[in-house]
Parts: sequence; structure tokens; C-alpha cells
Amino acid sequence: MTTPISPPARKNPQKRTRVPVVPPDTRSRAALGLSVAAARGRFMLQVCTECSAIQYPPRDACSSCLSVDLEWQVVSNRGRLVAETVIRTSTHVYFRERTPWRVGTVQLDCGPSMICHVHGDCESQGNVRMINRLDKSGHGVLFALPEKEIPAMEDDPQLRELTCSPKFRRILITDARSESGQALARAFSTADAALVFAGEAESWRHWPERDSLKEIDNVELVPLDVSDTQSVEELCGEIGGKVDILVNNARFVRPGGVMDGGDLVFAQQEMEVNCLGLMRLAQAFGPVMRGRGADGVNSATAWVNILSIYAYCNLPQFGVYSASSAAAHSLSQCLRSEMRTGGVRVMNVYTGPTEDEWHQPLPPPKVTASKLASAVVEGLQDGLEEVYVGDLAKDLIDRWSAEPKLLELEMTRQGGG
Amino acid sequence: MTVTNSQDNHALTSLASAMANGEVVTIDLTHTLDPDFPVIILPPEFGQCARFRMEEISAYDHRGPAWKWHNFSCCEHTGTHFDAPIHWISGRDLPNNSVDEIPVERFIGAACVIDCSEGAARDDDFELTPEVIEAWEADHGRIPPDCWVLMRTDWSKRSGAAYLNMRDDGAHSPGPSPEGIRLLVEQRDIRGFGVETVGTDAGQGQHYTPPFPAHYTLHGNNKYGLQCLNNLDLLPPVGAVIIATPLKIKNGTGSPLRVLALVPRSHAV
Amino acid sequence: MRRPTGFRTAYDGVVLAAPVTVPYQRFSKESAHHWIARALRGSLTAARISPTELDGFSVASFTLFPDTAVGLTQHLGLAPRWLDHIPTGGASGITALRRAARAVQAGDVDVVACVAGDTNHIDSFRRLLPSFSRFAQDASWPYGSGGPNTSFGLLTDHYMHAFGATREDFGRLCVSQRSNALRNPHAIMKEPLTMAQYLSARLISDPIALYDCVMPVAGAEAFLVLRETDAVAQGLPFACIRSTIERHNAFAADPVQMRGGWAVDVDELYGMAQAAPTDVDLVQTYDDYPVITMMQIEDLGFCEKGEAPAFVRQRDLTIDGDFPHNTSGGQLSAGQAGAAGGYLGLVEAIRQVTGMAGPTQVADAKLALVSGFGMINYDRGVCSGAVMISGGSS
Repeated sequence: MTTPISPPARKNPQKRTRVPVVPPDTRSRAALGLSVAAARGRFMLQVCTECSAIQYPPRDACSSCLSVDLEWQVVSNRGRLVAETVIRTSTHVYFRERTPWRVGTVQLDCGPSMICHVHGDCESQGNVRMINRLDKSGHGVLFALPEKEIPAMEDDPQLRELTCSPKFRRILITDARSESGQALARAFSTADAALVFAGEAESWRHWPERDSLKEIDNVELVPLDVSDTQSVEELCGEIGGKVDILVNNARFVRPGGVMDGGDLVFAQQEMEVNCLGLMRLAQAFGPVMRGRGADGVNSATAWVNILSIYAYCNLPQFGVYSASSAAAHSLSQCLRSEMRTGGVRVMNVYTGPTEDEWHQPLPPPKVTASKLASAVVEGLQDGLEEVYVGDLAKDLIDRWSAEPKLLELEMTRQGGG
Repeated sequence: MTVTNSQDNHALTSLASAMANGEVVTIDLTHTLDPDFPVIILPPEFGQCARFRMEEISAYDHRGPAWKWHNFSCCEHTGTHFDAPIHWISGRDLPNNSVDEIPVERFIGAACVIDCSEGAARDDDFELTPEVIEAWEADHGRIPPDCWVLMRTDWSKRSGAAYLNMRDDGAHSPGPSPEGIRLLVEQRDIRGFGVETVGTDAGQGQHYTPPFPAHYTLHGNNKYGLQCLNNLDLLPPVGAVIIATPLKIKNGTGSPLRVLALVPRSHAV
Repeated sequence: MRRPTGFRTAYDGVVLAAPVTVPYQRFSKESAHHWIARALRGSLTAARISPTELDGFSVASFTLFPDTAVGLTQHLGLAPRWLDHIPTGGASGITALRRAARAVQAGDVDVVACVAGDTNHIDSFRRLLPSFSRFAQDASWPYGSGGPNTSFGLLTDHYMHAFGATREDFGRLCVSQRSNALRNPHAIMKEPLTMAQYLSARLISDPIALYDCVMPVAGAEAFLVLRETDAVAQGLPFACIRSTIERHNAFAADPVQMRGGWAVDVDELYGMAQAAPTDVDLVQTYDDYPVITMMQIEDLGFCEKGEAPAFVRQRDLTIDGDFPHNTSGGQLSAGQAGAAGGYLGLVEAIRQVTGMAGPTQVADAKLALVSGFGMINYDRGVCSGAVMISGGSS
């Protein structure tokens, strides 16, 4: 049985912080397909489009018929653990620090056999369920879970390395004033976060939910305005070393396109908050989080950006807001690459129009704050990189992946998405 | 050859030595410009007043080894600031109505300070009415023409949410009634009106007729406004001279500025 | 395509000679080029051939980068008309032999020097592993980075579950080989090994423990392939090639490797040699891990699949025993000098059947079977081969 993790003791201020090392991070182009699938939490393998043979390890030609038309598809994740070993010593520092480390060979019911990491509760020679998740180098790796759910399963030390679990971690939510901020604070408190810092901008401007937010267990209001460099730097100076998960939900939304606004004032605000706000936070909190990527049970583990799904394709009704989200999307890719050496995940949560005042005239389906918050927490528990919340966002990314230009035509010439 | 007026010279040199020897005291009526200072909040669909923000360019480091400097940004109406007549629709067509065109001698002048601090302490929406003005004049004499009138409420001592004092129906802070400001502008021909709150109008000023009567009446008559003043409680009711020089912004509707008061030491509080 | 029996051409008129081992060293600051040069020189000196006269050259090495056999020709001053670079790792001796023998037989080349050599720097092992192969990079190195120890830990675990083998069974192989190694003055391991020591050794990757693993070293091995008439003219003792087989990526559908390519072609191995397993006087298996030796004993016809543990319990694998095996100690006791591990058994076997093995000589050794196995591309050894050789006088 997995030993449940305990809330970590207070960090010894006289001890040096362990420097993060990441697992092997080189993959061939074909193997990157596994990382793409893991970013979205999917168990996928290459399937030959001509003879249907399922391939593993990833490759460039079918091992049955030599066709080069291989397609990544979701396949059955059931299998049997046919061999296992416990690594006691490794030449790679990442694993050397984490031995004993259980590895096995699983034969999938659908055919291929694969070397994988193995959960401590898997029975030798027994049935398993496979998952495909990102390891600390940001690459997809295969992991065998016991067939049935077991209490405290998520606390298996090898599995916890593949997730960004909020359990016993300290969270910073950058905008407490918004509905999403309040829902996020509730969701993290429920998910056993040790502490939730909720950033409050412009405390000189009253907001009605303030008192009820302060009453949630383990939530603390802290001053934070992502458009104010001093504010960001000061807060980081105070709590930077205690932020294990940063959720940037701060945003400035206004309807309007390029030509009809008449001025740049709202556009400047949107870029300032949605794009440069992210950059300010990253400059302040990024380095310290990256340095704490291997800092024990409550290591720094994830940076979450809440973005609009229209970062992928502009919604002219919210044209400038879409562009500001696109800018943030691009910056977040840069941030992701900069965070890699620390093993800190950058997770983007893309949402369709949210159920709030600025999207009030838009038709359903819209995303409620609580649904958004659940998606964030669940995405972190699975260690994902990309989450699409709500039917509209899922539909849009599906169309964009098929042909981006076609989506643009649908959204700009056919009367909206 | 210009003949120097010895009396003018004498007044200026007297002022300089009086300031040097402390007979005349300089009081700063300005709040520090910083990112946390509140700004006026308008309905969300309207453009908003930008907050004060600073971005460091360098600080004796690799970005600039021997120097330190910042870029800053804000609205013309952020922090302690000056309102020019062009700021309001009623003053849009008046001559010399922008900060770069106001004759510079208008920036230095005498000030009367009307103490409404007790009333404001009792009532967040305290109004400066003709009655309050006339009561003040009974004690201190008729307000002279072309004089600044400053409404002291001690509101500058408030901080945080208490300063804007927003409730579900908007802000609640003191200001002049339509009749009060009309009296000052039309009957007393003041130069301008200064307050400790974020606007020359009361927090609920939009509900008067005309809405925002202070802005409407002042600027419609080519008069000026000063907002977010500080330390008015250090000024005598009469006798102060204030210096309020906005930046010379092309077509500017106002600017953050330093407002100073020169006060005879004997009258300083 | 069905092949007729008796299809293979006999290796008439072509022989193996001048076996050379450059004594191994745990760590070396020298390059692979250095070690290869020493082995090559040893064989050429024994045959009284100068480097400029050599017209065939075959090389196997893991640490020669950025050079291949091509770079070595210029580096060592050779001008061959036949050149080969062998990538089959532990099967490289047998692979090199097969290529060279046919070329000599056909008259394309007179003398081929077959050499394998590798250096071992402090970080050679660690650096070699992640870029060993594409599948290793993509699908095994990210899982614990245990290298071949982990891959064979999995294989051994599976073999033990499938056939009921115990650690003692594997221990018998290691103990007998160490006993043989004590008679080899160049073996890296100098101390005896008892079963108790074997069983209580530190675990590396369960169930593999310290004495199941070879020690990587620097070293080199070489031999010549030439016409029998030339060997006789030079007065060189020589060995004849009775048969060879080779097979890669056999049994790919086995989820975990439990048999190697030998099982596919074993009948051809004995058929071509016109011999039976009982005729073999000594066996050199490729022993990077004891479990693979078990598989070779099975797949090379000495017993049924899964019965090697029983076989090993019943026989004496020492030099003087009834089943002499890995007579110089094998890699487990002599050390693994990279690709030279794929030559070690063959070079020792050439000495054995020509009566030149010295302290490790098996009495009356006439027919030897040498097996090769190598290249853990991902989760299993892909390459396999075997050769049967006999002494020139037989």
C-alpha cells in the first residue's frame, strides 16, 4: 500500500536547497508524439493506417508492412506487468537521487510491450492500467498503475514526480477579486493545498466578496497588482520562496475589435495586464520557482496561465482581447522553455467565454468559474500542459488542429465561432 | 533702459529672506505619486484613469552602470492634479483652456481655506452649500475675487478603501452643491476650487443637476480645479499663497503637479 | 523462400590465426585508436606481415567516434582493398569472421585483420548509454537510466518467473567462470568468488546484483583471417571454420526476450559442421549477464528451453570439468572491453583449439563453439551469431 505523504515539516533555513536535475530530455521527432499526447493526458500510440499494426517504441515506418503512414491514436491502456526490476543505482543524477526506482515491462492487451515506470502498488505479473504523463524533463513517459484505485495512490513518489499535485503545496492566485479567483481559492482549499495566497489589487476599491473569501480555510489575501512592477516585486520578495504553484488568472477583458474602439486605451490595458502582467510575474517569481523545482514534498511544481481559447484564432467581437491572449500564449511557450531546467510545468488552461459580465450577451455554452477552477485543479493533479475547458474550447481546438485557416474563415467570415 | 521698480524688488527680496529665515513657511499640499494611490473610478464601459506606474530602466547595473532612472506612466488626472477648463465639455471652446495655454501668472495666487472637517466627519456626503460659505465669510470676510478656494475636509487623512469610500451605489465623499459652486464662481469669481478628495465634485455628484456641477460650472467659466490635496489642515483660513504649476502638456487637460503653500509662520497651524 | 538443405558453402581453404589479447585495464586515458593499434600490431607481428602489406581490415569499437574504420586507415597508415566496420557489439567477432572469411575465400582479399578495441574513461560508460541507439534514447533511458543492468534485470525477472530459475542457478555460472579466470593472468578479477558472496552481493537492479554485472574496462582483441595455404607458409597455428550462423531481431513478437536468434538457425550450425552438441569440447557464450548464458545454452541445443538452470546444476563448467565454459573467465571475470567483449570468446577459442591457451588450456580441445550476442537496441539484444571452429590438425 502506498504510504500517504505527510504535510512537510518547516524547511530548515540552514540547509542548502537541492538544485533541480531533470530526467533524460532527448527524444527523436517520432517519440515527441508521446510528449504531445502526454501534454494533454492522453494514452496514444502510433497506428499504421494501412495495416492497423500498433507500434512501440515510436518510429518512422511500420514494423509490419513498412508503410510510413503512421498516425497517433488513442489506444487501449490495459496490459499485464510481465517483468519488473528495482533500480538501486543509476549513472543519471535524477534517478540516482531517487532510488530505489521501480521499472517494468508491460505487455499491452492491444499488442506492443513497453518499458515503463511502475507504481509501487502494481502486483508482480498482474494486470495494470497505463497512463502517459509528462516527467520533469517535460517529456511523455509511460506509467503503470494498479488495475483498481487504491487509497493514497497519488502519493506514490514516482507518480508524484509526474504530477503537479496541489496537495500540501502553497498556491498563489494572482487575482482574488475576480469570480475565477474566488472559485480557484475554494477549489485549492478543497484539494488539500497547505496555503492559498490570493492577490488583491487596488484594496482602495471595495469588492463585495472580500469577506467571504477571507473565511475560506487556508486562504490569505496579499497585495498584488500585475500591472505594477513594484507590487509584483514586493510580493515576490515577501513570499516568492513559498509559491509552489502560481495561477495567473489576472485579466483585463473588454469587447471590441481593431477599428471600432476609436482609441488604444483599453487595448493598452489588455496588453498590460494579459501579456505584460504575465511577464512581470515571470521575471519576479520565475527564477525562484525554477530554483525550487526539487525542493521536497512541497517543491515548486507548476505555473498556470488562464488564457482565452481565442488565443488560437481571433474572435473579432473580442478582437483585441483575443490578441492579448495570443501574445500571452506565445510568451507562455517561451516561459515553458525557460522553466524546463527546473522541472516546473507551465500549464495553459484555455477557456471559451466565461459566465461573467463582459461575456453576458454571448450565447451559451459558457464556462462557469467553478468549472474553470475544477479544470485547473484536475489539470495540475494530472500534470498536464494543455487543458481546454468547456465544449466550445474543445470544439475550437479540434477545428484549429485540423486546419487553422479554415477555422479563421469560419470565425471571421461566417458570422462568428 | 528699464527703470527698476524698487518697491517690486523689495517685495521679492523680502519674500526670499522671509522664506530663508522662516518667517514664511513652505507647506507641501501634494500626495506622493505612487502606484497605490487611488484614482477616480468610472463605470467600466468608459475609459479609465490610468494608475501611476513606474518601470526601472537601470539602477547602477548592467542596464546602465553609473545611473538610475525610470519611465513612468499615468493619466493627466492621477494623484494630486490640476484640472484645466478643456477637461470638461462646458469649457471645450473657451480661450486658453489647456494647461499649455493658461497664462502662467494664474498658477500662483492667494487661497481661502474653508474648514468643513467637522461636517465631513459626521457625514460622508457633506455638502458645501451657500449657507456654509456665508457662515465662513461671516468669520473671515468676503472671499476676494480671483482667489483660490480650498475645501478642507481632512479627507486626505483617510487611506485604503475609506478614501474613495465606494459603496454599491458609488462613491460617498464631500463636495459642493450646485448652488454652492455657482455662488463661488458666479458671485465671488474665484480663480479655482481645490479639494482633498479625488474630484472637485462630491462622490455622488452625478445625481445633481447639472451632473458634476463643480466640473461643469468651474470649467464652463474658465476656472480651474485642484484635487487630492494634502495638509490643508496646516493652512490658515486666509493668508496662504499657493503655487500650482501643471506640466506644459500640449492640449493637456490637466497634469499631476506639486502644489505648495506659502504661509506666514504666525498663521501656520 | 525455402532454402534447400546443404545450401551453405563450406569454409574450405580459409582459416583463423594470430589471436591477440591486449591486457585489459580498468581505466585508460588513451583512445580506442591506441588499443586497436596495439592489438593489430600483435597479430601482424605474429604473422610477420607489415602494416603496408595488410590488404584487409575489419574494426569494431564503441569509443572510436568521430572515426570509423575509414579514419583508422589513415591514422594507422593502412591501405586495404577490403574494409569493414562492424556495429554488432557482442556479436562482432563472429560477424567480422563471417564477412572476412567469404572475402578471403573468393579471392577479394588475402589477409583480413579483425580487431575490436575500446578505451574506458571515467565517464565513458555514462556518456555511451544515452545515445546508444534511438530506441534506447526514446524508450528505455528515460525509465531509470539504469542502462543494460536494468534491461537485463527485467529479462532475468521474467526468466525466473517463466522457468523457476533461482539466483543460485545464475550464481553457479559466475562462480565457475571466476574459477576459470583465476587461471587467466590477464583477467581483471583476481579474487575467488563463492556462492555465499555471490548471493549476498549488493543489488544493482533487482534481481541483478554486483556479480551479475561485467566490469567495463579498456582493452582490445584481434585475429587474422587468411588462406590456409598462407598460414601454413608462415608457420602459423590456425583454426578451421566448421560453420557459422547469424540472425538479428529474431522473435520480435516475444514481449520479453527469452530466446535469441540462435534458436532459428541452430540446426544449420550443427548441420554445416556435421557435428552434434555432444561433440563440442568447449563452449564460449557471450556472458554480459548470466541469464543470457542460460538462453545460449538452451538455444544452442544443449538442452530444452527453460532447462539451462538444471543443466548448469548437473554439469561442471570449469576448465577441467565436463562442460568447459568461458575458459578465460568470460567477461564477467575477465572484464568487458567494449566491443572487444564480442571477440573475447572467439580469440580464446582459437587459442584453445590450436593448443596455445596456456594456463587455461582445456585438455584435448578440438572443437569449440563460440556464441555472440549484442546491441541492446531497446529492451533486448538484437544481434546474435555463433561459430564452430576446430584445430588445424583435426
